Amino acid sequence: MTNKVLMQGNLVIGEAAIRSGCRFYAGYPITPQNEITEYMAENTARVEGGVFIQSESEIAAINMIAGASATGARVMTSSSGPGISLKQEGISSMAACELPGVIVNIMRGGPGLGNILPAQGDYFQATRGGGHGDYRTIVLAPGCAQELADLTMDAFDLADKYRTPVILLADGMMGQMMEPVVFRKPKPREYRTEFSITGAGEGKSKFIKGLILPAGDMEAHNWKLFRKYEEITRKETRAVCEINPDDQAVIVAYGTASRIAKGAIKRLKDQGISVGLFRPTTLWPFPAAELLRVVRGGTKKVLVFEMSTGQMLEDVRLAVQGVAEIDFYGRPGGTVPPPVELANVIARRLTDKKRVFNHFE
Amino acid sequence: MLNKAIFSGFGGQGVLMMGYSLSHGAVKEGLNVTFLPSYGAEMRGGTANCTVCISDEEIASPITSTPDFLIVMNIPSLYVFQNRVARGGIIFMNSSIVNVEPVRKDVAVKKVDCVGIAEKFGDARMANVAMMGKFLRETGVVSPDSYLQGLAELLGKKKKGILEANANVFNAAFNG
Amino acid sequence: MAKEKIIYQRPKSLKKAYTHYCPGCGHSIVHRIMCEVFDEMDIRGITIGVPPAGCAVLAYFYFDVDMQEAPHGRGPAVATGIKRMLPDRVVFSYQGDGDLAAIGTAESFHAASRGENITVIFINNAVYGMTGGQMAPTTMLGQKTTTSPAGRNSIIDGYPTKISEALALMPGTAFIERCMVTSPASILKTKKAIRKAFEYQREQVGFTMVEILSPCPTNWKMTPLKSLEWVEEEMKKHYPIGVLKDIKAQGKESNAE
Repeated sequence: MTNKVLMQGNLVIGEAAIRSGCRFYAGYPITPQNEITEYMAENTARVEGGVFIQSESEIAAINMIAGASATGARVMTSSSGPGISLKQEGISSMAACELPGVIVNIMRGGPGLGNILPAQGDYFQATRGGGHGDYRTIVLAPGCAQELADLTMDAFDLADKYRTPVILLADGMMGQMMEPVVFRKPKPREYRTEFSITGAGEGKSKFIKGLILPAGDMEAHNWKLFRKYEEITRKETRAVCEINPDDQAVIVAYGTASRIAKGAIKRLKDQGISVGLFRPTTLWPFPAAELLRVVRGGTKKVLVFEMSTGQMLEDVRLAVQGVAEIDFYGRPGGTVPPPVELANVIARRLTDKKRVFNHFE
Repeated sequence: MLNKAIFSGFGGQGVLMMGYSLSHGAVKEGLNVTFLPSYGAEMRGGTANCTVCISDEEIASPITSTPDFLIVMNIPSLYVFQNRVARGGIIFMNSSIVNVEPVRKDVAVKKVDCVGIAEKFGDARMANVAMMGKFLRETGVVSPDSYLQGLAELLGKKKKGILEANANVFNAAFNG
Repeated sequence: MAKEKIIYQRPKSLKKAYTHYCPGCGHSIVHRIMCEVFDEMDIRGITIGVPPAGCAVLAYFYFDVDMQEAPHGRGPAVATGIKRMLPDRVVFSYQGDGDLAAIGTAESFHAASRGENITVIFINNAVYGMTGGQMAPTTMLGQKTTTSPAGRNSIIDGYPTKISEALALMPGTAFIERCMVTSPASILKTKKAIRKAFEYQREQVGFTMVEILSPCPTNWKMTPLKSLEWVEEEMKKHYPIGVLKDIKAQGKESNAE
């Protein structure tokens, strides 16, 4: 037990990044993720040649990490919703140029400036590419401090492996909460130097670009990226299932919402109602096949619970393909409902036979 | 066994420190713990609070609608949180400041003269540690040794005298 | 046999390629003299360039050095990332007036403010070239463009931006010179300025920038010759040629305090 340290979620991300060999961090202050930026300011020096820059903007930050990534360094930036919106131009560019990098989004309430409280309204932005053009980003969704550590390390590995930006999607509560955590040993890095530009030396010069003017060539590049995304979907989809044969329903929830769901499930169990939990830890690729298997296995009711108004719900509908009845409960805008509230909602909905799908109670 | 506590008071009373040090003590005992501070606007002058959940099993939700224990260091905190406390739970009141009675009759109330105890050892700012002494005496959530070990680590970089004074305050409240 | 001497040839750092630039455009001249400087300083193998969005977006087809594309205006940020990871390389950002003085002003301003040890080559042709001749931040008062059809009007469109003068005020900048490429003499002067900028970068003196007034006959709707005259007669009036800042000439070794 002594190797466990009690750490705030934002700091866990920073420490995991440093241990993963993140050599370059650029960021701009925004609540509720400032602790990451501050931690990196203090700790990038621990990595050989490590550099921290407080950039003039989120736009500059993402482009700085793109430049550093092009030289072959492990790179990260972090922000919250409004800043992540600004970074989209650069994320699209990194996807096009096939540059690895980790982008952390500690979500807050939105749209617009919104508030600084925990919410999950950036699901669409994260899982649908977010910026312009035909691309996807891998999206990892930790549900506790231990996963913040593990998935941050995984994010660097996945970014390198597929040469693509990876988003770590958490929220203000994940970022601010403290839990005990153990840092595993990071995997040795495998990244081929041929993908980087470091000066041509005596050899042939190289360039990294996303501008491809002829339609045929651009199409070929889009299909190349698509094949990569297909491979990621095949190999990297992840979910945690806590399902029992006598479950009357399964809750689908990620991140902080999944913690509330766990609390609700415990309360329902005390009332004699058995409910399962399906918790995606990759939001893109969404674990559609895994969820379909669960509902085909007998769970005929699915309840999607989000701290947003029904975004992951769309992925669940696509995954379930009409095999099971889908219901939804959401609390957006920084309201984190206590488990008792969700438990009451589920209990009511399981007994109300005439219920038609409705966003509102 | 799951114990859920909300600590609340003015910013500057060391409310977050209470929850943080308790969480440290719990980690010392190999327990699972979540420490969730309020953050943002509340940090600046208003009511600060934090939620600590401690369990020997996995902790599902780090937020709670029905804490077993409520620790109030000022009057507004009592009004905000008293109705949430679980039936049969305990409200700990910093009686040096909180001179009103809770409306709840189905919970136990423990009054602690936190400032008085702390001042005996030279500094009113240790009132929060006095409260922790009484809290752990009544609840036994973690042992006093684990708590003081955790506290020593948190205060580690500061002067040794500060830790000694805090330990004295804690022990006085725990044994008093 | 009489002794033959090569007096003019393609610089080694310039790829053997036909450029896509219009006849009379200043970009190809600037590319060439930059490559001459790379050859003369023997830095081709350690140089990394960042091309802009704009007419020079395809610069990697001409410069035989490693290059990394940047989104519109973000060249100095991308160059910052590269330079901080590889401090011993020579890093430049090549930018037009829209890229540097409009959409990317923040990135230019703050790279200069941080004193990033990079070189910016700033092509000022007072118009948006690639998109078809719209008004630029540097468009002259009275100048007709597709988005200022009656001529730039200070009340509606504001004034032409003097970014070099603004950056020269900042403590992070080490060397800023405004040049033009309208005659053999002015081209040689421009080359000297570019060389100085790269030398300063190698000596880690600080942020360096060379602004080059450059003709755009196509969008100015002039003959190449007439456009050279227009630079000398009109543009130069608002954008005076010369050194705006040179901290070494002021006796300082670098921009560091």
